[in-house]
Amino acid sequence: MKKTVVKDPTNIIITGVGGQGNVMASRVLAGMLVNEGFVVTIGETFGMSQRGGSVMSHLRVSSTSVFSPQIPRGGADMIIALEPVEALRVLVQYGNPDVAVLANSRMVYPMGVITGEFAYPTIEDVQSMLEKVSAKHWIIDATSVAVELGNPVLSNIVMIGALAGTSLLPIDRRAFEKEIAKNLSADKRAVNLAAFDAGMKMI
Amino acid sequence: MGNEAIARGALEAGVRVASGYPGTPSSEVIERLAEVARERNLYVEWSTNEKVALEVAAAASFAGLRAMCVMKQNGVNVASDFLLHLSSSGTRGGIVLVECEDPGALSSVNEGESRYFARMLEVPLLEPADLQEAKDLTKWAFELSEKIRNIVILRSVTRMSHASGNVICGNLPRKFRAARFVSDGSVMDPLRGPVVSTPVVVKHRLQQEKLETAAGLFEKSPFNRYSGPQRPELLIITSSACFLYSREAVEILGLQKRVGILKLSCTWPLPQKLLQKYLRLTDRIMIVEEVLPFMEENVKVAAMGMLKQVGIKTFYGKMDKTLPSVGELNPEIVMAALGKIMKVKPKSLPAGYVREIQNVARKIPPREQTFCPGCPHRASFWNINTALKLDGREGIVCGDIGCYAMASLWPAIGFHTVRTLHSMGSGTGLASGFAKLSAFGLDKPVAAVCGDSTFYHAVIPALINARHNQADITFIVLDNAGTAMTGFQPHPGIGESAVGDPLPPVDIEAVCRAIGAKVAVSDPFDLEATGKILTSFLAETGALKVLILRQACALSPEKKGKKRYQMKVNEELCLGDACGCNRLCTRIFRCPALTWDGKKKKAVIDDVICAGCGVCYSICLQKAIVRTEAAQ
Repeated sequence: MKKTVVKDPTNIIITGVGGQGNVMASRVLAGMLVNEGFVVTIGETFGMSQRGGSVMSHLRVSSTSVFSPQIPRGGADMIIALEPVEALRVLVQYGNPDVAVLANSRMVYPMGVITGEFAYPTIEDVQSMLEKVSAKHWIIDATSVAVELGNPVLSNIVMIGALAGTSLLPIDRRAFEKEIAKNLSADKRAVNLAAFDAGMKMI
Repeated sequence: MGNEAIARGALEAGVRVASGYPGTPSSEVIERLAEVARERNLYVEWSTNEKVALEVAAAASFAGLRAMCVMKQNGVNVASDFLLHLSSSGTRGGIVLVECEDPGALSSVNEGESRYFARMLEVPLLEPADLQEAKDLTKWAFELSEKIRNIVILRSVTRMSHASGNVICGNLPRKFRAARFVSDGSVMDPLRGPVVSTPVVVKHRLQQEKLETAAGLFEKSPFNRYSGPQRPELLIITSSACFLYSREAVEILGLQKRVGILKLSCTWPLPQKLLQKYLRLTDRIMIVEEVLPFMEENVKVAAMGMLKQVGIKTFYGKMDKTLPSVGELNPEIVMAALGKIMKVKPKSLPAGYVREIQNVARKIPPREQTFCPGCPHRASFWNINTALKLDGREGIVCGDIGCYAMASLWPAIGFHTVRTLHSMGSGTGLASGFAKLSAFGLDKPVAAVCGDSTFYHAVIPALINARHNQADITFIVLDNAGTAMTGFQPHPGIGESAVGDPLPPVDIEAVCRAIGAKVAVSDPFDLEATGKILTSFLAETGALKVLILRQACALSPEKKGKKRYQMKVNEELCLGDACGCNRLCTRIFRCPALTWDGKKKKAVIDDVICAGCGVCYSICLQKAIVRTEAAQ
């Protein structure tokens, strides 16, 4: 039977800091959904916009049609953040009372915080803000798990595993395995699957 | 990805030669073609610059092959002189110029429009409006080019080139023509004569006839589509990604029964009969496009010419400020404008939620762009800044195009050094000019920086100019071993072709020496050695001085994930705020991996982010930052 999403289109934003593997995460997730028969449109920015700055990928998941590569303001259904403050930054523009948020707890301090010009909220602050501006939220320490697996950059795959764990989307381990079989070598597949599994367990 | 769809369209059309110069958001088109070059028997090259790239592609067209040339928006400016003459001489094998624009300048220092070139140079313009069309329209562009025997421009934008989605592929051709260049016929024979733009007036007339043929084909093209009611209250005319924004805005506002959308993918010359048919549907017309009112101007001129048939219209667009004519559009900008015209309000978020969101917004620290951890540019500009301070004459540094442009755009203290920033190669030309102003009282040392790829692209003529006209500049090449900002495409200094074959590298040092410059090479991570050279160069007059700062980009494939040093802050030695250095490491040097422990009030290395370049070891006056060789 053909799978469907609860809301059509389902609007997903993956966010983080340049270099955290945002694009890879959006590609893998979109690939998994396309394999399930969905029409997925991704909007991304590359190039200079990624040098240490905030990055965002917009995914529009539909059973039938192509949507604009930019999600309208206030229109996100899910936010997956590889960095906690980036979850908040995206919520300000794209949040609404029904949004679900999955955030990595590992902070990447902006330059202005390092220099002391700006304050970075504590993870408890982030948590209490998420409680007020989202319908559901999960904060997980994906980076620590990734470091244990040997490479912090695997955080993005831990997050995709966690997303599968939330059951918000019709994706599972088998879909992930199928998707990474297309592009990754056998040795890389094993560690990515381990990251996915670890993420799934965190929910 | 849109760029992959364009590459696929070219493959389905049987492209044989593809050339380009890297530039966001265009680079992936050539990259993808390079990946399949062997398998599909193509010739793919990264050319020195966009003008040369177009010349390379044109030669293939003259020999009867299908060819494509790819660049970002301002690349068309570079190629435009040749394009003027090429469009006049005409072409043979189908040739398509793909230009990818960057409305909102997400990865550019301009939001230049190249659609005007199509009108100015009298060539057809196509604009895909979704990913499937990006492939299909590219394929058709080759057929169109061959039919009219002239070049066709295909324009994409960031939100098309870098959007991804489902595309249904067609078949790849099996048979190809052989290259054959016949040029012994009459000058008036488009297929057998010499390929020249003379006799100018005759060829110009022929060119305009080709454009009329294209317009005729556009009238019947399935790529131009109307969707909406038979009698709409408002007609939206749109193209490119703006079509998707418009369609979404109409749907969100629930205006499907009141507003019609005419999506044009053939945007120059405008198909007049088609336009007339739809302009008659209603008296109110809204034109949605990025960035300047190009289509709006063209539609208005056309509507004036058919006033008797279509009647008087009210136009909404950029000229009456319904929509902005700067920056990129998105669904909500179109929705706001459309809502105003149609007097409907979009659903808004609950007031309580908006208040909470505003509270959150106040607690989010901004994230400024900065050089990556381990970036050689941070060290280079640290060196330049320090040398300028030691020199004490407030020397001028002219910038250029690459990641290193950030030394001008963001006031990040330690490397906020560059004071001018324009097009590729302009930094050296400007420096050459500044250096001649001493006779008028501007007596300062003048320097220019440029990256390795930029050096080959457009700096060489400016450097020769500096030498020839005796401009005593210090020219600094930030050689990070690749076209780093756009994804490490090879350039003439790298001994490798677009498809990975070995090539003889063109040595920057040898070129500079041949020009007659005094040349030094240094490692920017070696602050002491580099500082000495820079200080002596700034002080020296009567010579053109070139310093090549050589250190590979921290993100380059050979370096990424590998640390040279393991870095650590010795907490005993770090004096924190009491040091008197004003937190030189975290406030001035500004490496994202060198952070501040708010509790201990001391510097600390974030080991997850640190690239292990070891430069911060050299800047700490207390020697509190310790480096040890990392295990390889």
